[in-house]
Amino acid sequence: MTEISVERIAELVALLPPAPQAWVEVAQSLPALQSDLGPLLAEWQADREARAAVLADIEQALRAEGVAADADTLRYVRLSLES
Amino acid sequence: MVGGHEDAAIVARCRAGDAGAWRELVELHSRYVHAIATRAFGLTADEAEDVFQETFTRAYVSLSNLRQDGAIRPWLAQVTRRLAIDRIRSRSRDRPDGTLPQLAEDSERSLEQIDAAIDVRLAMATLPQSCQEILDRFFARDESYRTIALALDLPIGTIASRLARCLQKLRDELEGKNLPDSPVM
Repeated sequence: MTEISVERIAELVALLPPAPQAWVEVAQSLPALQSDLGPLLAEWQADREARAAVLADIEQALRAEGVAADADTLRYVRLSLES
Repeated sequence: MVGGHEDAAIVARCRAGDAGAWRELVELHSRYVHAIATRAFGLTADEAEDVFQETFTRAYVSLSNLRQDGAIRPWLAQVTRRLAIDRIRSRSRDRPDGTLPQLAEDSERSLEQIDAAIDVRLAMATLPQSCQEILDRFFARDESYRTIALALDLPIGTIASRLARCLQKLRDELEGKNLPDSPVM
């Protein structure tokens, strides 16, 4: 078996730099979104027509509920309702 | 960086509603997902951020459907890969045929390198914290000797020798592992 060189090990360590901290924090905040939107999502998921209407225009549906429709919230609602 | 058993425990805690476990899971796998999006598929920063967030959001909403808790890393890799290919496909519709197959081939080689980098990280996690820190700061975060010396409160003249010692320890840890040859990235 070929012995791995320290140079090769250094290259492999360098292959995984940290992801931008802001990206990590957005992903880590998903439980907070779940906590805020859980009851609303449960309501929409329980009603097929409401779910379809929300999926057709998530931004509008969130605004109607007084929820700020930023990109992360829109994504979370879409994926929750599609799952 | 953790292996399958630890992943399984963290996923189980996430499923039980432990928000701290979810933060841990994102922290543990964020470099991997980021590397696949940016290095293996060469996505732009905006595209990579979208893919990164979509991957973790899918993971979060799908936790209850995950077939094997310990297989979260390959699951994340598969989702990131699929989403990255979708992004590239949507921006390369006007390009001649053949762009995507070539990209897929190159990306497969890059993914192999990234998986090897994960093996190195797993070995790194067994080293003393001081070694993990100095290796990560110098090689992955690209910090200068001066920055490292200031951050770790070490004399600047000792950084090179510490790095060499820690690399050697890591090599000892990796002895016998079969890692792929030089990168093609």
